[in-house]
Amino acid sequence: MLEAIILTVITAATPLLLAAIGELVVERSGVLNLGVEGMMVMGAVAGFALTNTTGSTLLGIAGGLVAGALVSLVFAFVTQTLVANQVASGLALTLFGLGLSGLLGESFVGTPGIKLPSLDIPGLSDLPFVGPILFGQDILVYVSFALVAFVSWMLFRTRAGLIIRAVGDNHGSAHALGYPVILVRYLTILFGGACAGLGGAYLSVAYTPLWVENMTSGRGWIALALVVFASWIPYRVAIGAYLFGLVSILQLHAQPLGLGVPSQFLSMLPYLVTILVLVIISLNRRTTRLNSPACLGRPFVPDR
Amino acid sequence: MAVLSPLIAVALTVATTFVIFALYGVDPFRGLYIYFVAPLTEGWSREELVVKATPLILIAAGLAVAYLSNNWNIGAEGQFTIGAIAGSAIPILAPDFQTFATLPLMLIMGALGGALYATIPALLKTRFGTNEILTSLMLVYVSLLFLDWIVRGPWRDPMAFGFPNTVSFSDAALIPFIGTGRLNASAIVALVVVLALAAVLARTLKGFEIRVLGESPRAGAFAGFSAKRMTVFAFAVSGALAGLAGIMEVASVIGKLQPVISPGYGFTAIIVAFLGRLNPIGILIAGFVIALSYLGGEAIQSGLQVSSRMAQVLQGLLLFFVLACDTLILYRVRLARPATPTGAPARA
Repeated sequence: MLEAIILTVITAATPLLLAAIGELVVERSGVLNLGVEGMMVMGAVAGFALTNTTGSTLLGIAGGLVAGALVSLVFAFVTQTLVANQVASGLALTLFGLGLSGLLGESFVGTPGIKLPSLDIPGLSDLPFVGPILFGQDILVYVSFALVAFVSWMLFRTRAGLIIRAVGDNHGSAHALGYPVILVRYLTILFGGACAGLGGAYLSVAYTPLWVENMTSGRGWIALALVVFASWIPYRVAIGAYLFGLVSILQLHAQPLGLGVPSQFLSMLPYLVTILVLVIISLNRRTTRLNSPACLGRPFVPDR
Repeated sequence: MAVLSPLIAVALTVATTFVIFALYGVDPFRGLYIYFVAPLTEGWSREELVVKATPLILIAAGLAVAYLSNNWNIGAEGQFTIGAIAGSAIPILAPDFQTFATLPLMLIMGALGGALYATIPALLKTRFGTNEILTSLMLVYVSLLFLDWIVRGPWRDPMAFGFPNTVSFSDAALIPFIGTGRLNASAIVALVVVLALAAVLARTLKGFEIRVLGESPRAGAFAGFSAKRMTVFAFAVSGALAGLAGIMEVASVIGKLQPVISPGYGFTAIIVAFLGRLNPIGILIAGFVIALSYLGGEAIQSGLQVSSRMAQVLQGLLLFFVLACDTLILYRVRLARPATPTGAPARA
């Protein structure tokens, strides 16, 4: 039972973790991209379509990654080059992504998909309990943890990370020092899009190998909330994602137990918990202020 | 430029539609005709245009108040749903209460329900500083699940052969129809509300307060305006209008509560609000443009076998174009000539 719960928590948490860690980098560079949901759902449809037409799950995942990055490029162009309002542009990206994915995925509704195989290391994966949990996951689970470690290292231990944070905290000064603010933001937005696409592809290739319209069902927004929850610190995103994975899985496990609570109320739990967590986090204004990028959401127009 | 830029955005969207039709292998001119012109040629579809535009315009007008004052309410779909449920309580729980007061009471309950539901993210923002974008959106999912529960559980019509819907409303609880088809008096209510809102925004101190606090909270503070009170006010107004739209939709064309009562009006209204440049009169026009895109989507599905989901894609694109064209209003586009040493600020 415990093993089963842990295994399902991992699969529920991974798409959130993938999308959130990408958005964290975007926000660290001072850009608020509210289009995570749209990029995720594009990744999901592209991942499913490519997997189904080529028969290769890896190609599908790569396709999801590319699709997420491509649509994020639209957001980057509109908000960085044309300096449009970031909040509204992010909403536009979400609405556009949900619409386009519905159109592209129409012919795939009801087709069975191919599931991403799990790792199978002879010996290790057969160990009782720890085997399936530590050595029997699909590759994206390991990728998600690798990404957290990479982002942590990159943001706080490399020059590139220093530049990203400088651009996010004071784009005027970063520009005066000669850093290409717009270019840096383009790159982080692309990275965020690729991560969200990867998270989306995880949903349609590994979590439930199916294409259902709007299959992200708010996960992109929960990923956005996770970045706030993590107060822009990478490892905390992982903790948050697993907590949310746990909540959504407990709800699934509680349903057959009955308990007299209608299933709709259990399904509300992840959303209500998100609100609750956001309130608790915002109670502690010092931590939020300390870590949140000072230029978050503010447009940058270079002086000539 | 302020009037021209939405027109440019619409033109760009039409041009994109032209290209998409060509890619689909459909004669693009015929496609454009069926999408944008044919729905306007027949009486019934003109009525249908008004029916679809009504909730969009009403919700978008409310959202304009929120967005103008820099409060990001994106949970209108949820406030629409809760408004519909709150207003429906009267005909469902008291089906025998059938007087001239039934319908007005329902509309008031709907608006109140939407306003109260919208106040949740507003209070969380003013009390705790919680991000209102995320909380208002999360509440959409909560409200949709609540609607699903209530029509399958306590409020289900026992005579509905197991279908998940409530009893059909009595005539006293239905908004009178005024056309040959589904056109009804809710369009008039929406028109009156939008005109009143336009007057408030343009002519009153409250309208001034809304805009000042949106553009410069600091200046608003010096003028004695409270940003916190404005947050609650803006959310309540936008929630009330969304809730009113919700109950009017349910008490007219649907006639009962069922698991799905909206094709995403609350989200599409965000596009309407921006296309109308957050101006009630602009929103009135924009609502018809977006309603036309819904009708056109249905028309190409039946006429050209092109998916009706195209409508959603075009609506998303249109919002991008609108936002991109805002650049033309806020900034002057010049060919870049770097290294002028005078250091004048580039912001327009």
